[in-house]
Amino acid sequence: MNEANGKVFIDPKQLTSYGDATNDGAVQLSFTLPIPHGALAKEAAKKFVQNLGFDKSEIVTMEDMKEGYTFFVVYGHTQKTIDISKIKVMEVNFRVMSREETDAFIQEKIGRPLVVVGATVESDAHTVGLDAILNMKGYHGDYGLERYKMFTVHNMGSQVLCEEVVRKVKETKADALLISQIVTQKNIHIQNLTKLMDLLEIEGVRKDLLAIIGGPRISYELALELGYDVGFGSGTVPSQVASYIATTLSERTEMA
Amino acid sequence: MSRLSITLNRDDVAEAKKTAKTIVDDVFHFINKHTTDTIERTVLRYFGVDGVDAGEAPLPNVVVDHLKKKGVLDTGSAYWISNACVATGKDPQTIAEAVGTNAMDLTTVPSQPLEKVYRFAEETANKALDRVESMRNTRDGLLTGLGDNRKPYKYVIVATGNIYEDVSQARAASEQGADIIAVIRSTAQSLLDYVPYGPTTEGFGGTYATQENFRIMRQALDEIAVEQKRYIRLTNYASGLCMPEIAMMASWEGLDFLLNDSMYGILFRDINMKRTFVDQYFSRLIVALSGITINTGEDNYLTTSDAIEKAYAVTASQLINEAFAKKAGMKEAYMGLGHAFEINPDIENGFLYELAHALLSRELFPNATLKYMPPTKFMTGNVFKGYAMNTLFNLASVFTGQDIQLLGMLTEAIHTPYLQDRYLAILNANYVFNNARILGYELEVKKGCFIEKRANEVLSEALTLLKHTEKVGLMSAIREAHFADISRSEEGGKGLSGVHRKSEGYYNPVLNELEKRLGIEVES
Repeated sequence: MNEANGKVFIDPKQLTSYGDATNDGAVQLSFTLPIPHGALAKEAAKKFVQNLGFDKSEIVTMEDMKEGYTFFVVYGHTQKTIDISKIKVMEVNFRVMSREETDAFIQEKIGRPLVVVGATVESDAHTVGLDAILNMKGYHGDYGLERYKMFTVHNMGSQVLCEEVVRKVKETKADALLISQIVTQKNIHIQNLTKLMDLLEIEGVRKDLLAIIGGPRISYELALELGYDVGFGSGTVPSQVASYIATTLSERTEMA
Repeated sequence: MSRLSITLNRDDVAEAKKTAKTIVDDVFHFINKHTTDTIERTVLRYFGVDGVDAGEAPLPNVVVDHLKKKGVLDTGSAYWISNACVATGKDPQTIAEAVGTNAMDLTTVPSQPLEKVYRFAEETANKALDRVESMRNTRDGLLTGLGDNRKPYKYVIVATGNIYEDVSQARAASEQGADIIAVIRSTAQSLLDYVPYGPTTEGFGGTYATQENFRIMRQALDEIAVEQKRYIRLTNYASGLCMPEIAMMASWEGLDFLLNDSMYGILFRDINMKRTFVDQYFSRLIVALSGITINTGEDNYLTTSDAIEKAYAVTASQLINEAFAKKAGMKEAYMGLGHAFEINPDIENGFLYELAHALLSRELFPNATLKYMPPTKFMTGNVFKGYAMNTLFNLASVFTGQDIQLLGMLTEAIHTPYLQDRYLAILNANYVFNNARILGYELEVKKGCFIEKRANEVLSEALTLLKHTEKVGLMSAIREAHFADISRSEEGGKGLSGVHRKSEGYYNPVLNELEKRLGIEVES
C-alpha cells in the first residue's frame, strides 16, 4: 500500500474490493451447500470459499435449511487484484433528452413519426419491462413511448411468436423493434433472441431495422453478440430508449 | 378482542355489492346459453376419459375434436359418449380409445333409448361428483385432525420445472415453516388448449400442471403433514384455456387452492372474454363443491398501472370476482380475493396508503380469505432493499389481518427464487408475524384521518367504475379499457372458436348435478 501525505493510494493496476479499509479485499458471500448442517458442512464451506480465492474467511452464519441443505453467509478477504487500465468497456454513447426534446429532434432530423414495434417473445409471459418502456404511464415518472408525439407504437404484448413479430415489422414498416425478456430459465432468452434474429435476417428486414433488446439479464455486450444493435438492462427508463432510437436513426438517415 | 378496523361509507358498500351483482347477473344471460371445448372435455374427464392417443394428444381433446368435426358438440359430449357406452356395453375410456384410433364414429352409433342414455350419464356423473365430495371430506378430516395453521398463512412458490425436484424444495420449505406450496406452472401453459399428461420433468419458469403432478405433490405434502403434524396446503392454477379441466383434476387430487380469476385471462393473457366467462363459471362450480379456495389475480392490475392511481381497479375487480363466485355457490371463506403491496417505495407515507388499501379489502370482505401479494414492480437488483420492503409488507399483513401471505422474494426481478431466498423469506415472515402478532388488536386507526379517508376514497372511485360498467355491460367496459387500461373485444383473443351455443337438446349431467348439489337455481 502506498501512502502519501496520509492519503491512501488506490492503484488502478492492482485494484481490489473495499470493506472498511483500502485494499482489504473484503467480499460478502451468501450461498447454499446441498449437505446437512453440521461440522462437515462448516469445514466444506471454508474450503469452498478458499477455492474461490479467499484465503482469509469467516463464516458468520451457518443455518439449517432442512432436507440436507445448509445456508451460509461468509466474509472473505482476497489477495486477488485486477488491472483496470487494461479493461475496455462498451458503452452506448448518446445524449438522454427529455420527451419534448426528443419529439422536436425527430421532427427536425427525420421529419416523420418513427414506428416502433414491441413484444415479449415466445415463452415469456411477462410484460412489465415492455410496458414500462412503451405504455403511456411509463416508469418512475418517465413517460412511455406511447406518450411521445413522434413515435407510433405497436405493443404486441407477451408470448408473441417470433414469426408474428417479423410479420408485424414488415407490415408496419417498423423503424425500431423492442424485445423484452424477463423471466428466463436455463437461458431460454438466448434461444428466443437468437431465433428472432435469424428470422429477421432470413426475411431480409434486419438491415434497416434498429433492433433493441431489454431485460434484467440483458447487457450491451450480449446484445451485440446476438446481433442486436443495443441492449438495455434493469432500471432503464423510457426517455433513454427514446433518445437512443431518435439519435441513432437520425445518424443513419444522415449517412444515407 | 377485535381486529384493526376502519369505518367505510355504508351506502357505498351496499351499492357497490349490489352493482357488482347486477353486472354479473347480466353476463349470465350469455354464460347459461353456452358451452366450451374445455367444459366438454371436463365432462369426459369426470366420465373417466384420460390418457393420450398414439400422437400424444389427450383423449378428452380427441373426443371433443371428433364431435366438433361432426358438428354435434353443441349437444354436449356426455350424450355422445353415454350413447356409445349404452350401445356397446363398454366404459367411456374404452370408447374414447376407439375414437382415438378412428375405430369408432360416435355419431354413427345407433341411437339408444334416451332414458337409458340419461340414466347411464347421470349415474356416471354422480359417481364422479361423489368422488369429489369424498376427497373434500378426506381433506377436511385431515385438516381438522391436524389443526389449522396460524394466519397469515405463509405461501411460497416452487418452480423448478421438474416435479420431483419441486417435491424436494417443497419439503424443505414446509420444514422451514411454509404453510402453502404453490407449484407455479410452466410459462405459457395458460395458452395451451389441452392439459399435458403424466409426470413431467421439464418446463420453463415452472412445472406443467398435470393430474399426475398434482398427485405426486399432494402425496409428498401429506407425508410432510404427518411427519410435522401440520397441514400443508397445495396450490395450482385454474386459469387460461383449461380452467374447468384443471379444476376437475384438482377436485380429484385434493388440492386446497386454485388461482382462478373471472377476468385475469381476458386482460393479461388475451384469452377471449366469452370463453373465460363461460369457463370460469363451470370451474367455480367444481371448486365450490370441492371446498377449494380460489385465489384471484387483482395484484396484476397494479403491475401494469400505478398502485395509488388504480387502487380502485383492484376493489372493483374484487367485487366482481366475489359476485361471480357467489353465483357459482361458493362460500365467502373460500374466496381468496387478491390485492397487493405495490406502491412506489419513494412515495412519502406510502406505507399508510398500503395500510389503507389493505384495510379496505379486509373491511369490504370480512369473511373472505384475503390473499396479499408482495412487492414486485419496484424490486431491483438491490436485494438488501428488497428484503427491507418485504419486511414492511409482512408488517402490513399481520397488522391489518390478512389471511394468505405470498412471501416476497429478495431476488424478485432477478431470477426464480433460490432455495436460500425462500428460506430468508420465511425467516422474515416468521420474525415479523411473531413480533407483531396482536399489534392490530392493540392499536386503533384514528377516525376520520388519512387511512380511513383514503380507503373511502378508493371505494368511492371503485363504485364509479362499477356504475359505468353496469350501464354499458361488463364486456363493453372491458372493450373500453376500463380494467387495467387494456382493451379487449368480444370477438378477439384466444379460444373463441371453442365457445359454442348450446343446442335445444344440450345435455350436461355434470353441470346439472353440480348446480343441484350446490343448491343453485338457474333461470331458463
